[in-house]
Amino acid sequence: MNDTSKIIKTISAIMFPFVTIYGLYVIMHGHLTPGGGFQGGAIVASGCALLVVAFGSEAIAKKVKESDLSILESVGALGFISLAFIGIATTFFYNVLAGRSGSLFGKIPPFGSNPGYLNSGGLLPLMNFAVGTKVIAGLFAIVLILAIATRKKGGRT
Amino acid sequence: MKTRAIVSLSVLILLGVFLIMSILPLSNVLRPFGDPENSDMDDYIISNAQNDTGANNAVTSVVFDYRGFDTLGEATVLFTAVAGVILILRRYAHE
Amino acid sequence: MIYNIPYIAVMLLILVGLYAVIAKRNIIKIIMGISIIESGVNLFLVALGYREGGLAPIFTNLPEKTQIPGQLVLPVPQALTLTSIVIGVAVLALMLALAVQIYKHYKTLDVRSVRRLKE
Repeated sequence: MNDTSKIIKTISAIMFPFVTIYGLYVIMHGHLTPGGGFQGGAIVASGCALLVVAFGSEAIAKKVKESDLSILESVGALGFISLAFIGIATTFFYNVLAGRSGSLFGKIPPFGSNPGYLNSGGLLPLMNFAVGTKVIAGLFAIVLILAIATRKKGGRT
Repeated sequence: MKTRAIVSLSVLILLGVFLIMSILPLSNVLRPFGDPENSDMDDYIISNAQNDTGANNAVTSVVFDYRGFDTLGEATVLFTAVAGVILILRRYAHE
Repeated sequence: MIYNIPYIAVMLLILVGLYAVIAKRNIIKIIMGISIIESGVNLFLVALGYREGGLAPIFTNLPEKTQIPGQLVLPVPQALTLTSIVIGVAVLALMLALAVQIYKHYKTLDVRSVRRLKE
């Protein structure tokens, strides 16, 4: 038993886009339903870990270099900090897009119970995207490095 | 080897009995389940979260707007952990 | 007394984790014990903010006729538990990397034989 069978490889390749789409849905609707940046990022990272288990760490390490994951994680962290610096005229973490009626995410929902409007939330959906990217890249890098470092010589990778 | 297991188990059982008898009957140190005492800050946050931040989810608005500094510190801890793991296991990744 | 079951569960989790840290010889089992203690602490933090018969503090499709600050669960302990879970994952990743490094250097995972300073 040196390799996983053909059934596992086929089914993992089929299931990976559905898991990714579900994780991106949880990230994007973070201001309307339970979820957000950290939870959705963990879902997508577990889908990537499914690929590493099914195909072996050598095949995945040929396609994804660890310097690409490092660049992606730094972009997420810098995006989060620059979004915090936008409203520096008032305070540090000020929500500048929340009240203006013509801007990108600027509608204020009516008080009490309502069906959710995607257009609301101010800076919150953009911060969700930045943190979600950072968590995806970070957890995928941890799983890939631990899988490469525990390889056996001449056995199953 | 057997005496070590017996001593550790007895120390843990004594610790457990002490914890049970000292925390649960005292009802003014730990209030009964489901009855929080000071909830003024949370009542203000629930009443004004839709007007201030414009989001329907009170937990997300606490994480990213009312307490954004804690999220900044948590992102830093995650970044440091990934950097530390890559630093420790670098010589086994380039064989 | 019977309604304090979450607090009894927290205490049992912490005791099981503490037993695994004290009395086991394999280093992977000690790391699992630390993770169980972290789960117990997170459960305690979330269980502090519960209101009797309350709903989740999310305003999308809330049922009608609920009093707005009087019948919803407190949101601040849930936000702090989120931070605590992520920090637990970060510490667990660093502990596993150090366990891999110990195995490659000493060729064994027994805690009682990696004691002396070996070159």
